[in-house]
Amino acid sequence: MKIKLTKGAIENPLIRQLERVSGEELKRCYQCGKCSAGCPVTFAMEIPPSQIMRFLQIGMMDDVMKANSMWVCVGCLQCYARCPQSVSVANVLEGLRQLHLRKGEDREQIKDVPFPFLKNAPQQAIVCGFRKFVS
Amino acid sequence: MPRIGIFVCQCGNNIAATVDTKKVAEEMARLPGVVFACDYKFMCSSPGQDMLKQAIKDNRLDKVIVSACSPHMHEKTFRKASEAAGLNPYQCEITNIREQCSWVHHDKTKAAGTAKSIDLTRMTIERLKKNKPLKKINIPIKKKALVIGGGIAGIQAALDIAEGGREVILVEREPSIGGNMARLSETFPTMDCSQCILTPKMVEVELNEKITLYTYSEIEKVDGYIGNFIVQIRRKAKYVDEERCTGCGECIEKCPFKVESQFEMKLAKRKVIYTPFPQSVPNVPVIDAPNCPKIQKDKCGACAVVCGPKCIDFKMEDRIITEDVGAIIVATGYELMPNERFGEYGYGRIKDVISGMQFERLASSSGPTGGEIRRPSDGKTPASVVFIQCAGSRDEKKGVSYCSKVCCMYTAKHTMLYHHKVHEGQSYVFYMDIRAGGKRYEEFVRRAIEHDNAMYLRGRVSRVYEKDGKVIVQGADTLSGNQVEIEADMVVLATAIVSRTGADTVAQKLGIGYDKYKFYNEYHPKLKPVETVTAGIFLSGACMGPMDIPDSVAQGSAAAAKALSLFSSDEMMREPITAVVNKPTCNACWDCVTACPYSAIERDTVKNRDGVVVRWLAKVNDGVCQGCGVCVAACRSKAIDLKGYTDEQVYAAINAF
Repeated sequence: MKIKLTKGAIENPLIRQLERVSGEELKRCYQCGKCSAGCPVTFAMEIPPSQIMRFLQIGMMDDVMKANSMWVCVGCLQCYARCPQSVSVANVLEGLRQLHLRKGEDREQIKDVPFPFLKNAPQQAIVCGFRKFVS
Repeated sequence: MPRIGIFVCQCGNNIAATVDTKKVAEEMARLPGVVFACDYKFMCSSPGQDMLKQAIKDNRLDKVIVSACSPHMHEKTFRKASEAAGLNPYQCEITNIREQCSWVHHDKTKAAGTAKSIDLTRMTIERLKKNKPLKKINIPIKKKALVIGGGIAGIQAALDIAEGGREVILVEREPSIGGNMARLSETFPTMDCSQCILTPKMVEVELNEKITLYTYSEIEKVDGYIGNFIVQIRRKAKYVDEERCTGCGECIEKCPFKVESQFEMKLAKRKVIYTPFPQSVPNVPVIDAPNCPKIQKDKCGACAVVCGPKCIDFKMEDRIITEDVGAIIVATGYELMPNERFGEYGYGRIKDVISGMQFERLASSSGPTGGEIRRPSDGKTPASVVFIQCAGSRDEKKGVSYCSKVCCMYTAKHTMLYHHKVHEGQSYVFYMDIRAGGKRYEEFVRRAIEHDNAMYLRGRVSRVYEKDGKVIVQGADTLSGNQVEIEADMVVLATAIVSRTGADTVAQKLGIGYDKYKFYNEYHPKLKPVETVTAGIFLSGACMGPMDIPDSVAQGSAAAAKALSLFSSDEMMREPITAVVNKPTCNACWDCVTACPYSAIERDTVKNRDGVVVRWLAKVNDGVCQGCGVCVAACRSKAIDLKGYTDEQVYAAINAF
């Protein structure tokens, strides 16, 4: 793919917002790849964690938002534990989820969830699931 | 009959694993002339050496053999020990039964290794029987040094030698000392201003009474050898009397002609009578003769009219002076590869594509823009700058295969300087790897990225072209796997560092080696980093390869220490392994003179009583001869022998096999 790199693209306001939400400084990442190497769910991600960081560094927010990576992350914090630069990709992905949810797209209503499922789902899942309703 | 002692070393298990050292000793003891033989665990240990000394005394040995590791390792050790026991050190020989025997045999029955060790030691015995006692050579030392090149490495070397109380001659090709460092704006990783840390040293050179400074001068010829070099220096005509010039600068002001300034990397013009930069040392202008109408066509002469002390002489000519020195330090530095070679970067075609050194001048407060970053085409402040690393470096096809070492760091520095001077600007850096090995270097690069907003992109640039007053840079970011296009206002190339034009000529004059890039070769890359194969000639700085300021300064000091240690005694002792000419059989064909790589063989004459030359013959200069033996092989009449390795000795060894 060909991208046009500009100051505006690098300083994409949405990415700056992501930095604020996640509390992570994207520039700190020096692309060693240790997060992708250690992540237990890299195999299922469309864009591996280290590439997520790179895409965000060069302003490719749209590609990151479209990818399934943020939803695949289970928040095990392996990436953060391993990162030599103390960057938490998990935090960044959580930030992405937040930003995505705040857009209010594909918001679900409780009534749309089938009752048998609601009844059988573990309580943890319901609590987590509620973020989808309130974020 | 000689009284030979043989000591077979086990070297722990290094030798003993595949060689039955006890058996070797026993076999040797049976041979005629051998009066003592033993084996021992570590001959090089203190007890081992003591045993050797004691055996020499107890058995009145006059020749000894240590069958052990390569003579490169411990020949000196055992010769010293023998000398301490009263033997001539050259009556001690080493048989290599480790590198050339035990290490290459895997036969655990020890049969092959033992047999070979016996053979090798027996050969050495026969060789040793023909050994003659040799005496070390004493060479007188002239305690004065010559430093070639007045950049930071040469300045440091000269200052250190002067500090050590010895006289130094500093020769510089340009009208001022300072070298490439004088061009730099600020220096990584501490960001101190280059001029501010360099000029005090330059002034120190000028004021130091031990240092004789010859600027605008070049080495013409070098003769002699360690401790006794005779150097001819060409002092190019400055057309200004250095003694009388007060450095008022009136002549420069009045000169009506301008040409491109090399010091400013063609970003500005200078007068035809000029000093390269305001803090030049010495502060004496020179006339650029090929561009001066007065000298070429006898028109103008304004400078001579306004000169108060009347020190301008248009008739001045080059002078050759001769100096005797004991040591030479070569610090000729580097230059940059011509960027035009890379069409894809558009240098020379696109005005706003500049080299790293040009950026240094733009960022320098004494530069053509007074330190403001303004692009060459229209003088505008660039809102975005693309830095391209490895422009020529690590490029086997079009450039050089090596890494120029300093570019990663100075590019990081450039992005910082740019961000400090143009707060709203965006810098991009295309790199292949970031090589920031050095004290506080990696942290420096991280600072450029994290605090000074440099956007680092991993990949090379493939195309640079102009469009609507912008420079379009097409590169890649391999980390994200994208092709990247940037509309930049200016592009800076981190040009490869190459050896000086004419570096090979200088090396040939000095008799030192250089590699295929014409960088000078050190004697040993790790253990003799500032020595050359020619004794008494030392190296420092970027003439040996790309080098940053801290390394150049360290090497300048290292070379100075080498020169000072040479000067610490009146005479120096040298190994007597030199060639010797047998006068009766030399027929003066001069094949040896041609063959000698050190120019150690002279054409000597034999005169009769009336002083008439009756014969010519070759004569070896012991001071220069390195004992390589090339002349021995070249001599048709077998008139040359190498002391310590005579034909007689070598044949005796072969016959014993």
